[in-house]
This record gives sequence, C-alpha cells and structure tokens, in this order.
Amino acid sequence: MGPILKVKNLSKHFDVSPPLITRLVSREEKSILKAVEGIGFEIQQGETVSLVGESGCGKSTVARLVVKLYEPTNGEIFFGNQNFSSIKSRKELKPIRRRIQMIFQDPYASLNPRWRVFDIIAEPLRAHGIISDKQGLKRRITELLEQVSLSSADSEKFPHEFSGGQRQRISIARALASQPDFLVCDEPTSALDVSVQAQILNLMKKLQKELGLTYLFISHDLAVVSHLSDKVGVMYLGRLVEWADTKTLFQAPKHPYTKMLLDAIPDLNLSGKARTPVAGEVPSPINPPSGCHFHPRCPWSNERCRTELPTLMDQQQQSVACHAVEENRI
Amino acid sequence: MTLDKKPILSVNNLQVEFPTRKGNLVAVNDISFEVNEGEVLGVVGESGAGKSITGSSIIGLIDPPGRITGGQINFLDQRIDHLSAEEMRTIRGKEIGMVFQDPLTSLNPLYRIGRQLTETIQTHLHLDDKNARLQAINLLAEVGIPSPEIRIDHYPHQFSGGMRQRVVIALALCANPKLIIADEPTTALDVSIQAQIIALLKKLCKEHKTAVILITHDMGVIAETADRVAVMYAGKMAEIGNVYDVIKKPKHPYTVGLMNSIPKMGQDTEALMQIEGSMPRLNEIPQGCAFHPRCNQVMEQCKKTVPPMIKLEDSNIACWLYPSK
Amino acid sequence: MNRSSSESEIQSKPINRTFDNLTRFFESDIFFSFKKSPLTVFAFFVTLILFLSALFANWLAPHQTLDVKTLDLMNAFYPPLWEEGSDSRFLLGTDDQGRDIFSAIMFGLRISLGVGFASVILSAALGTVLGLISGYFGGKLDSFIMRVADIQLTFPAILIALLIDGIVGSLLPKSVYNEVKIYVLVMAIAASQWVNFARTVRGSTLVEKNKEYVQAAKVIGIHPVGIMIKHVLPNVTGPVLVIATLSLALAILTEATLSFLGVGVPITQPSLGTLIRIGQQYLFSGEWWMTIFPSLALVILVLAVNLLGDWLRDALNPKLR
Repeated sequence: MGPILKVKNLSKHFDVSPPLITRLVSREEKSILKAVEGIGFEIQQGETVSLVGESGCGKSTVARLVVKLYEPTNGEIFFGNQNFSSIKSRKELKPIRRRIQMIFQDPYASLNPRWRVFDIIAEPLRAHGIISDKQGLKRRITELLEQVSLSSADSEKFPHEFSGGQRQRISIARALASQPDFLVCDEPTSALDVSVQAQILNLMKKLQKELGLTYLFISHDLAVVSHLSDKVGVMYLGRLVEWADTKTLFQAPKHPYTKMLLDAIPDLNLSGKARTPVAGEVPSPINPPSGCHFHPRCPWSNERCRTELPTLMDQQQQSVACHAVEENRI
Repeated sequence: MTLDKKPILSVNNLQVEFPTRKGNLVAVNDISFEVNEGEVLGVVGESGAGKSITGSSIIGLIDPPGRITGGQINFLDQRIDHLSAEEMRTIRGKEIGMVFQDPLTSLNPLYRIGRQLTETIQTHLHLDDKNARLQAINLLAEVGIPSPEIRIDHYPHQFSGGMRQRVVIALALCANPKLIIADEPTTALDVSIQAQIIALLKKLCKEHKTAVILITHDMGVIAETADRVAVMYAGKMAEIGNVYDVIKKPKHPYTVGLMNSIPKMGQDTEALMQIEGSMPRLNEIPQGCAFHPRCNQVMEQCKKTVPPMIKLEDSNIACWLYPSK
Repeated sequence: MNRSSSESEIQSKPINRTFDNLTRFFESDIFFSFKKSPLTVFAFFVTLILFLSALFANWLAPHQTLDVKTLDLMNAFYPPLWEEGSDSRFLLGTDDQGRDIFSAIMFGLRISLGVGFASVILSAALGTVLGLISGYFGGKLDSFIMRVADIQLTFPAILIALLIDGIVGSLLPKSVYNEVKIYVLVMAIAASQWVNFARTVRGSTLVEKNKEYVQAAKVIGIHPVGIMIKHVLPNVTGPVLVIATLSLALAILTEATLSFLGVGVPITQPSLGTLIRIGQQYLFSGEWWMTIFPSLALVILVLAVNLLGDWLRDALNPKLR
C-alpha cells in the first residue's frame, strides 16, 4: 500500500510587497516571502513524522498546506492516491476533510469561547452528516470525551471553565469526531506546562495505538520530537535540509544545522559535555542568503555553498541537502 | 560545599496576597530563600506557581491590588520590602536589575536604544553625556552586538528578537547591579538563540560578580545556567538545593514527577511519567500540603498540616516524607 | 484527578439553563461593578421609569393629548400646579392648544424612544452586517464599504438625515409621504449612525478571523458564510451593545433636533423636540413651562442613557478590569 500522504515539490509564496502607491512613490520592488520552497516527503500509515525547525522555517506553513488552509503556489499533495491539491470545489473536498484533521498550538484560541463543548465537538459530526439526532450525538460525544479522559458532564461547560491541558483534550476530541486517519498537530504542547505536556503526549500515543492514527507533528522542541516520532524532517528557511528516522537523526546527524540545533538543546543529564559555539541568527526569509541559505552561519561553507543551492540527496541512512556532506568534507 | 558565601539577598517568610471581592488569594505563601554573591539561583515552577510574583515583590513591582502581607526581604543588610516608591526607585536599576520576558515591551519603541541606555546610566552613575555614551557602547560590545557604535543609534524594531534581549541585558547591567532578576528571559526566543543568551548571561555575571535570580518554567535552561534551584508549587517552596541534586536526585515528589515528565533525548521510554491533575488555582488550594491530591506517596498527615521547610544535607525541603529531627 | 469526574450529568433543560445563566449574571463582575456605582444604579432606574412611562403612556397619562378631539382651547396656557392660576387637572400646565404638558411629555417620550430604538436597532443591524462582511472577506469589498463609510463620516449626522428626508419627500406624493414620514425618519437617523457599528465590528472581525477556532472550522469544511455567522458573529457583538446605548442617546437627540427644526415627526405625533419647538415661541412671553419641561425631560433621558452607556463601556472593557 502506498504512503498515506505524499508531498512533491511543495512551495508557498506570500506577496508581502508594500501597497501599490508606496511602491510607485519610493520605487521599492515587490517582495515575495518564500515561506516554503520545494518540499517533498512521504508519510506511511501509522507513522508519526515530525517537522522541526526554528521560527520562520516554514513548518507551520507546511502544516497548513497539508490541510488546505493555504493553497500551494507550486507542487502537489497526494492523500492516499488522490491529488487533492488540485481539487477546488468544497463538495469534492468534503470526503477528504473527514479524514484529515488538525490540532492547534494555542489552547485558548482554538475553541470558540461562545460555544459549549457539546457544540464544539458536535460540529464535525453535524457538518459531515455523520450523526444528526440528539441522542446519537450525545452518545458519540460522551464516547469522545471519555477517550480523552474528560467526562460527559464537561460537554455542558464553556471553554473558559477549563485549564489549558483540558482545552487541548477537547480539541483532540473534536479532531477525532469524524474518525480521521490523519492528524496534523501544530505544536500542540508548546503552550502547556511540562507536566501537562506529558499527559497530552501520553494521550496522543495511546490514541494512535487504539485508533491507528498517522501524525504529522510540528514542533520546535527536539526532545518532544525524539520521544514521539518515527521520522524527522529538519527545515531551515523554507527548505528541508535533512530527513531521517529518529534514531539516526539524533545519534548521527549529518547536516551542520541539525548538529547545531542538537548542540543548542540544554543538557538535562548534566554531563558537562563540550558544545560547538553557535553563531548568528536566522536571517529574514524575505531576503534569504544566496546559494545554501545556511552558509553565513556554517563553519564548513565554501565558495560553492555561497552560490549553489544544495538538493536533498540520499546518503545511506538519511537524506541531506549539503554540499559539504556530498563532497565528504564532514 | 558551602564556603563562606555571603547572602546578598535573603527572603524570609514572604507572603503576597491579592484581595478580591471573593476573598484573599494567597499567591506566595510563606517562602524563604537566600541568594549568595555571584551565584545563579533558578526559581522554577509551572504557570501559577508564584515565581514571577516572587521576582516582582523583591523589586517592588507587584501589580496592585496585590501586596506583601508578611515576611521580610533583606538586600545587602537593608530591609527593602517596606520601602517607599521613591526609595525603591533608587535601588531598582542601580543595585537590582531586571530582565523581562518580552524585549519588545521592555524597550520603548520610540526611543533609540542609545538614549535608553544613557538615560539609565546617567540616572545611576552620574556621568556626563560623552562618557555615558562611551559606557553604553562598551556595554553593547560586551553583550555581543556587532558594530555597537553604529547600532547604538538604532531603534528597537531594527533589532532581531535575540539582539533585543541582549540590549535588555545590557540595560540591566548598566549600573553594575549586585543582583539581576531575570523573568523568563529566553522563553520567547528560538532554541539556538536561547543557548546564546544563556551563555551570555553566565559569562557576564561571572565577570561582574552579579548574582542572578533566573525565573523560568524551563528545566533545561536551569540545568545549563543555575548553581542552585528553588522549585515552587502553588505559592510555596517545595525544594531548594544544588542544581545537580535537584535534577539528578530530586527529593520532593513534585520535583520527581516534574523531572520524569520532561522528555529527554536518547531516552527510550514508551510513556512519560505523568502527574495526574493540574496545579490548583489560587482560590482552590487544598488544605495541608498543596500537592497532596496529586502525590503518589500521600500520607494522612499531608492532608491536614502544611509541611515546614527543613534542612536536609545541602538542600531544603518541605515534605512530610522527610521529617525533621 | 479531573475536576469534573465526580459530577453527575447535568440535565440540559432550557429552564435550568436560563436559571443557570441568570445566576451567573448576578454573580458576575459586571453586576458587581453596577451595584458599586450609585450613579449608574440611579441612571438605570431613571431610564427604567422614563421607559415604562413611555411604554404605558396610554394608560398612565392623565390626558389623551394625541387625540385632537379631547383638546379644548379653553384649557390653554394654564401654568404648572404650584403657580398661581393653575388648574389641578394639569400638573405641569398646558400649551397653546390646551394640551396637558405632563401627558404630552409622556407621549412625546414614547415617540422619541420609539424612533430612537428603531433607528438604533436598524443601524446596529446594518452596521454589524456590513462590518462583518467587510472584515471577513476583505479585499475590494472591504475597501469599497470602508470608503463609503469614510465619505459618509464627512457629513454631519443631521445633514444626512435632512438629505434623505428631503429626497424622499420630493420623490413621493404628499399623502404617501405623510404616512411614511416616521419610517423615513427612522431610516434617515439609522443611515447616519451605522458607520460606528461597522467600523468596530470590522475591527473585531479582523482579529477573530485569524484565531485558531476559525481555522479549525475551515479544516472541518464549514462554508465561509456559515463560519462568519456561527463562529465570528457571536464573538464580535460585545462592543455593539455599548455603541448601541450611546447611539440611542444620539438618535434621540438627532430626532429631537430634526423635530425642533420642523422636519422630523409629523405634527400629529409630537415628540419631545416638537413640544420644545412649540413652547419656544412663548418662552419669553412668560409661559416658560411649555418649553422648559419637555427640555428637562429630554436632558434627563439623554443623560441617563449616556451614563448607562459609559458604565457599560467601562464594565465590559477587559483592560480596565
């Protein structure tokens, strides 16, 4: 059976030019923000794949492209065997929307403050015509709430009566209502306290086993990613720079940026190991550096890195987009 | 382990309350700790534990209607918790510096950063304009801003997030304070910038012999930076000790649960240990030990009486599992 | 453990829900701030009294001043009760037609409040819909609606009301015009007020449409108009109530001004403004009560509504709490 999600050459550009009149007066050029450029990967059923990177790398944009909150500028997205990036009509999209759902980062903004929890979770059931009678809805919502360790009495309350962790559980219950196969999770635990994060991560793992879910997990927290994922993709300024299964990535990273990221993580084992000094900051994505975007911060960059963009190439255990790796310099 | 370290700050039985129409909310409940010269004390806890309010009460910036209702704060042999606003202002900035979480709100967007720096320098150090500007440039260079003589005339929006935080640190260090209170200084930053800022803070504080109270919810930042750690829960201190002891050999059940629920790299566990439930809200704090409903080693005594803080080897701990002798 | 695991299932009957909502309101911070401000409580009761007397004017008023047949010219120019030469039937005196001022004020209040409420409801509805559409869909539609709003704001409200009134008056035959005059007036005042609502609702819509719960609804596949009405609208109506209260005061004043100028309500249904105009001619010839009492009624009404609106705005402002 093929992959459940396949992304080919995906790009998303935003036009962030100043208004027409400003441009005419001050003779500024159009500005294009290339949030995502040339991304390609596959996810198999039942896997958890993570996309990691720092702010501005485009991982959240990829998440929104996959659930069609944004339309891609280029490239294709295949869900199952369907090329659903080309589908425009809402009617045709509906059956796919049943199968892909999303969980968001901010537990305080992802639930409508004016709706009761019952209606929030019932919304996908009503929208897809899965259940419409009151009794049936009640039954299913109770089932969903209990699945996320809440109770049926909670369905009468409003979101503000719950803590951040509980709200995230409600979001998960809502996402699971239409029995999806595929969940896109955009930093679902970043806004939560560490002990609550542990509860939510354990819940997500349990649900994956029980319901056979596939996750695309977006995060900036590498420790969380190492705990949860099967495969990891590292993004920098809109491009995929490394792709490997979790163990390989964390034990034998190849791309200089991946190494830098791993080194920057605080060491909770207090082993006192030496760390490579970290240099510079993420440049603006509107005017990225030429050639390999990482070259200004890379200790191994050479002339080729300054002029030529590296492509993602398979290297035994992982795929890396780096000239130095290709040339066996590191 | 303890040489003759002089505590420059000692907080004794501090109590901070917020009167509301539904009753008094106790945000900080009878906490005591010390900060020694030149050391980094991490104050760690989850949201609502009271760590930010502790920092604000030391520097005299509690949001009204909150106020200190008990205890003492002594800084350099002077009692500072009941000083007037005017007196507190002379201490703030000169002796105690502050670094907040969001550099966007710490810097006035309408002023060039040079002006903000020289303003602070001249208020506390009484230098003339030329020397104040030179001092500001030196400080910017020290915190790692490239081309400081040019960037001193830039506005905050012309700096990136990490650079801005460096400027804020420079501002805090202007008058060579003895103590800096840093409230979540790296939370809004990317992980690679976070590492840079932490390294910077450590280096500067060692060079200037400034003590730091580092308030954060991120245990990783504590592990990298702190010498000692204080763990707070629902307004009380659960455990205070050396960073190695607290992280590798935690004693309080909350600290144990906390450390085990953090995912660590290279750890191959199926499920993270989780502490059931969540921290109680200020108006729902249980009787006895605030942690008892969630504790997997709870005893009858925990439900009735608040455990006192006792000294155990090099740590202080408030838990009935460790009775005082 | 979970806070709610020990609770039993709540029956969601409508009665229980209303009771639940009421208790929640009386325990809320808003009601508390209301109780704490004596001025606001006073303003509330004044408004309530005026409102009730207007509503039940037909039964409460001592004289039916709207019915021309009951007017007797012999009753004209009586002064108020405490003056010499007054008549005990007429508490605040009578006007030049023999109308009891006290009753006339009550009926006048009814007109003033009626026109005021109607125009506020209309302008709130119009402004909210336009603001919502403008903010949610953005683009050229947004620019167009906002430019219309900007252009309209350059005209004073009275002028716009006069303009609409005049245009309709010249277009319709006189008899039809007289019948619909009061509706035209309501529409004219509403047209002068919708911009306030539209702008505020548009601002709130712009904020809400980027929130994750709207994105979640999109991912589920809800129709954009459905999202706009079911998700965004309930969250942007908060400030509408505040603007409506202050708008009511303005609408009442606008109507009074127009009636005072003679282009407002028809003479057969005098509002407070009409009464003021009628009495104004006699102000300096000694019959002061004919204009002073309706003016006082107008001032008290507008002041009370304004005070209520001020309190509501401060009470609902999350930054001040």
